[in-house]
Amino acid sequence: MSSMQFGIFTVGDVTHNPVDGVTISEHERIKNTVEIAKKAEEVGLDVFATGEHHNPPFVPSSPTTTLAYIGAQTEKIILSTSTTLITTNDPVKLAEDYATLQHLVDGRMDLMLGRGNTAPVYPWFGYDGSKAVELTIEHYQLLRRLWEEDVVTWEGKFRTPLQSFTATPRPLDGVAPFVWHGSIRTPEVAELAAYYGDGYFANNIFWPKEHYIRLINFYRQRYAHYGHGEPQQAVVGLGGQFFMRKNSQDAVKEFRPYFDVAPVYGHGPSLEEFSAQTPLTVGSPQQFIEKTLTFADFFGDYQRQLFLVDHAGLPQKVVLEQLDLLGEVLPTLRAEFDARRPADVPDAPTHAARVAARDAANATEGAEQVSA
Amino acid sequence: MSRVVVVSAGVSDASSSTLLAQQISAAIRRSDPSVSIETVELRPFAHDVIDASVTGFVSPRLQHVHDLLVHADGVVAVTPIYKASYTGLFKAFFDAIEQDVLVGKTVLLAATGGTARHSLALDYAMRPLFAYLQAVVVPTGVFASPHDWGSEGAGALTSRVERAVRELLSLVQGSGSGRSASDEIDLFSETMLSISDPLRQQD
Repeated sequence: MSSMQFGIFTVGDVTHNPVDGVTISEHERIKNTVEIAKKAEEVGLDVFATGEHHNPPFVPSSPTTTLAYIGAQTEKIILSTSTTLITTNDPVKLAEDYATLQHLVDGRMDLMLGRGNTAPVYPWFGYDGSKAVELTIEHYQLLRRLWEEDVVTWEGKFRTPLQSFTATPRPLDGVAPFVWHGSIRTPEVAELAAYYGDGYFANNIFWPKEHYIRLINFYRQRYAHYGHGEPQQAVVGLGGQFFMRKNSQDAVKEFRPYFDVAPVYGHGPSLEEFSAQTPLTVGSPQQFIEKTLTFADFFGDYQRQLFLVDHAGLPQKVVLEQLDLLGEVLPTLRAEFDARRPADVPDAPTHAARVAARDAANATEGAEQVSA
Repeated sequence: MSRVVVVSAGVSDASSSTLLAQQISAAIRRSDPSVSIETVELRPFAHDVIDASVTGFVSPRLQHVHDLLVHADGVVAVTPIYKASYTGLFKAFFDAIEQDVLVGKTVLLAATGGTARHSLALDYAMRPLFAYLQAVVVPTGVFASPHDWGSEGAGALTSRVERAVRELLSLVQGSGSGRSASDEIDLFSETMLSISDPLRQQD
């Protein structure tokens, strides 16, 4: 695996296909998602991440179930989320579900935490949506303790206290899953990621880049402030999306009817305006490579690049073709990003590397104790 | 040098809102030629404004207008009154800009309407919008109906414009409201502090 990870993330929406008029069933969507993840591994991608939603038209309400099922049918790809709802999930259950997944797939996983975006979801899980940021902070602080401390006694504002509680299973090799924090607007989330030395993922697929540059720079500065390293050593992930064909006119012609009515893109700026001002590339593989390489100019060298591929109601066959095309440009992307990468920028996190780092730190500490 | 940005939501060509905006700008210049005035007609930004409202996506040209407001000391907001209130374009524009752009800024409200019976829209529709945005609205609002453009009302309109402009410039060039939007991220809010100090949140 190269120093930077490339992958895909899915929202898990069931979107009407405006071209053939078909809306697939939830069953098909769930099975398609598994097929997409396996295809991602086949074309050489490093990461597959699924969203978590609890309302139609989205299907992925149970990410660890889906990821474990995919994990059983894959060998190398890192399984992740985009995002796991830290607000409405009980941190006790999150600690246990994701530790279980970590064992099942031998550490080949991490997770990205997010708040979710719609207020009505919160009361379905017993929470108050007006407290989203406070919930994020309290739940995450508890989640960390449940993974790092064998016995936890805890009291907070949003859930019942814990007395001498041990979350089971304990994390694999005694190293908690790596955590990314996803946010598109909240500085508190960037601060949380910085404080714990976690990753920060800016899903910059909608808004102009200036907005994200500010948040990422804030995270980088705070990461350094808390003593985890230099600002350029903070762990950053970015979103993006594309539609490729060998010939750029073919890409535009084929994607436009999907774009024009898509739930998130449609009825607003034109495909051309949207492409000019967001990470979206609709064009040839060469155009896609050129645009993707600019991300590091804007945001600094980073660790993880995820693309949204199964969007806008595209049929499964086309999504799989898109993954083939992504696989074809992957060696170039890896080589180009590596070529520009300064030596002091850390590699993307993996379980094995984190275990090794922990062991090295323990050895140093042990040596110091012996010499003292 | 003070900076005033005039935002006008008139839509027809030879719009009376544009005319009123021009009168207000002229009165500002007469009162203090050193004031820099930028005028933004919203009509050419109509697509950008609606795109922003359906996708949350602010185009570079709309961002430029937004930035003009960020750097303004005072704002003149002018809209036609349609169906008892400001126009959809006017509201959608202020929906599209960042929440805190007008915090503490002095704003002169002006509107035009088909009859004088619309004049209170200044106070029951526009004023609450700018109160919500935490702007400081000058006491005199300027409303122009067809009567005001005629020979009988013109003197009264001119004197209202001049009074409102005096109020605007007095506030803009005085010591201000003491409030302004900060672009800085607040590191010392209770929520921020609770991240590195979990016990703090439990109070």
